[in-house]
Amino acid sequence: MNQNLHQLNYILQLADNLLIHAQRLGEWCGHGPILEQDIALTNTCLDHIGATRSLYQYAAELVNQLTPLERQTMFTSPALEQVFTKGLPAKEDDIAYLRDAWDFKNVLLVEQPNEDWAYTIAKCFFMDAYHLALYSALKSSNNSVLAGVADKSLKEVKYHLKWSSEWVIRLGDGTEESHERMQTAINERWAYTGELFQASAADVAAMEAGYGADLCALQTTWNAQVQSVFTLAKLSIPDNSWMQQGGKEGRHTEHLGYILAEMQYLQRAYPGMEW
Amino acid sequence: MTAINHQEHFDHKIDNDITIEPRDWMPDDYRKTLIRQISQHAHSEVVGMLPEGNWITRAPSLRRKAVLLAKVQDEAGHGLYLYSAAETLGITRDQMYEQLHSGKAKYSSIFNYPTITWADMGAIGWLVDGAAIMNQVPLCRTSYGPYARAMVRVCKEESFHQRQGFEIMMQLCKGTAAQKKMAQDALNRWWWPALMMFGPTDDASPHTARSMRWRIKRFTNDELRQKMVDVTVEQAKVLGLTMPDPDLKWNEARGHYDFGAINWEEFNNVIKGNGPCNKERLNTRRKAWQEGQWVRDAALAYARKQASADGTPA
Repeated sequence: MNQNLHQLNYILQLADNLLIHAQRLGEWCGHGPILEQDIALTNTCLDHIGATRSLYQYAAELVNQLTPLERQTMFTSPALEQVFTKGLPAKEDDIAYLRDAWDFKNVLLVEQPNEDWAYTIAKCFFMDAYHLALYSALKSSNNSVLAGVADKSLKEVKYHLKWSSEWVIRLGDGTEESHERMQTAINERWAYTGELFQASAADVAAMEAGYGADLCALQTTWNAQVQSVFTLAKLSIPDNSWMQQGGKEGRHTEHLGYILAEMQYLQRAYPGMEW
Repeated sequence: MTAINHQEHFDHKIDNDITIEPRDWMPDDYRKTLIRQISQHAHSEVVGMLPEGNWITRAPSLRRKAVLLAKVQDEAGHGLYLYSAAETLGITRDQMYEQLHSGKAKYSSIFNYPTITWADMGAIGWLVDGAAIMNQVPLCRTSYGPYARAMVRVCKEESFHQRQGFEIMMQLCKGTAAQKKMAQDALNRWWWPALMMFGPTDDASPHTARSMRWRIKRFTNDELRQKMVDVTVEQAKVLGLTMPDPDLKWNEARGHYDFGAINWEEFNNVIKGNGPCNKERLNTRRKAWQEGQWVRDAALAYARKQASADGTPA
């Protein structure tokens, strides 16, 4: 695979993580346990959408520069091909709304159902700690778009991580019930955290070319962050170290298809329209 | 001061447009009326998150998704301002929730209608928020200080909401035939319920006279409804949509549009709980509250532990 495709894949990994995470968090809006927390979660969701839009806009530029053959190597999407058949450039929404699950490069963690507040907090905490480490590294990326997104997002993710860490601690050290629920959520979701640091071909290419982050370094930072919050929260890291993977290669859990069916339905039912 | 003096002092303030503040003496009925009205308003904001929240996961573009999320989030914020304003009258947020969940407290009936197409996001912003603004702008000068001040903030955001709704409609109306049909269908379904939002006609509104006297209300239901009709007809022309009212006609002598009879039987039925989504909306709120109980318990338990570790009482 050539460097252009690696770069595009790298951007999609980042953007798809944010979009699918935001899509799940958006399900909470209006259903939160406390009105103030409903607002806080929506804020986080809005930040992710803001960042993912910048990344999809960039991805669309890169897609528009591909040859038809490269495009077809990357995507299996008749809907996206139709945009090009009409002679139009692809836009951010085309990238988000016209690809099917196998062309999505998000990690499996973000597509998992919200379940309850503890599962949602666990997912947010794992992702926030990851994004803090990631953006801190990407701030010095030699790609100015990535560095710009990282710089802007860094301010936001510091707040996200503060919020989710406080909830992990509050639930871990709250009541007996909340402790049990929080530990169960962590046990259930832990197997999806390894993939964050499992380097795909795109990750390797990105690091070597100087625009991507070093995942080994990220993992060290992440582990320390998780351990320190778990200690305060009286929670433990699960014994089972088996990790699921596949998302970065487009092999997803059953959940993603449903997420996309819902998210993309208007674009699919009324193709080619402006909204 | 004696009770009579209190009453005179209160009346004097009302007559001179001096706001009543939480620590001021006020007649019991004034307090009760405000608690009823403000909590009903707060509940409407929170229940009102649901019909639009419905479309967050299905918004047709990332920009629309972000705008809709921000809008629904604003509604949660309005709920917060209003619950806080009501709390200054001596009722807690939990008590108000309890009244909502038990069915004792009402919320705006409009939210008992379903949002079945994307155009409903446009119609709600344009018509429902439009009607809300007509109702709420005068409340910025309502006699109870905390309510009036909350409404100043609410109204600023509502006018943005109305513009985003109109913009969704505009985009649909200049789109394909299918999109324009979607817009017209939404107008047809939301128009009459939006007019009902102003409440019963003046001769059938039990609280209007007293609320006008106390300057809680500044205009009657029928005055505000007429204003809504006059403004909306012109906006529909800009969109190129047809108002779903064969009796709608400009009345030169009155300087207003005459409009058709409102189906008050439908209005009363929705209030009684027979609207298309009454049960669903209330059950959704109850479920969110019940499923959040362990979270709130945990937060409280943790806060207490922290406070006792600090040596301060929780």
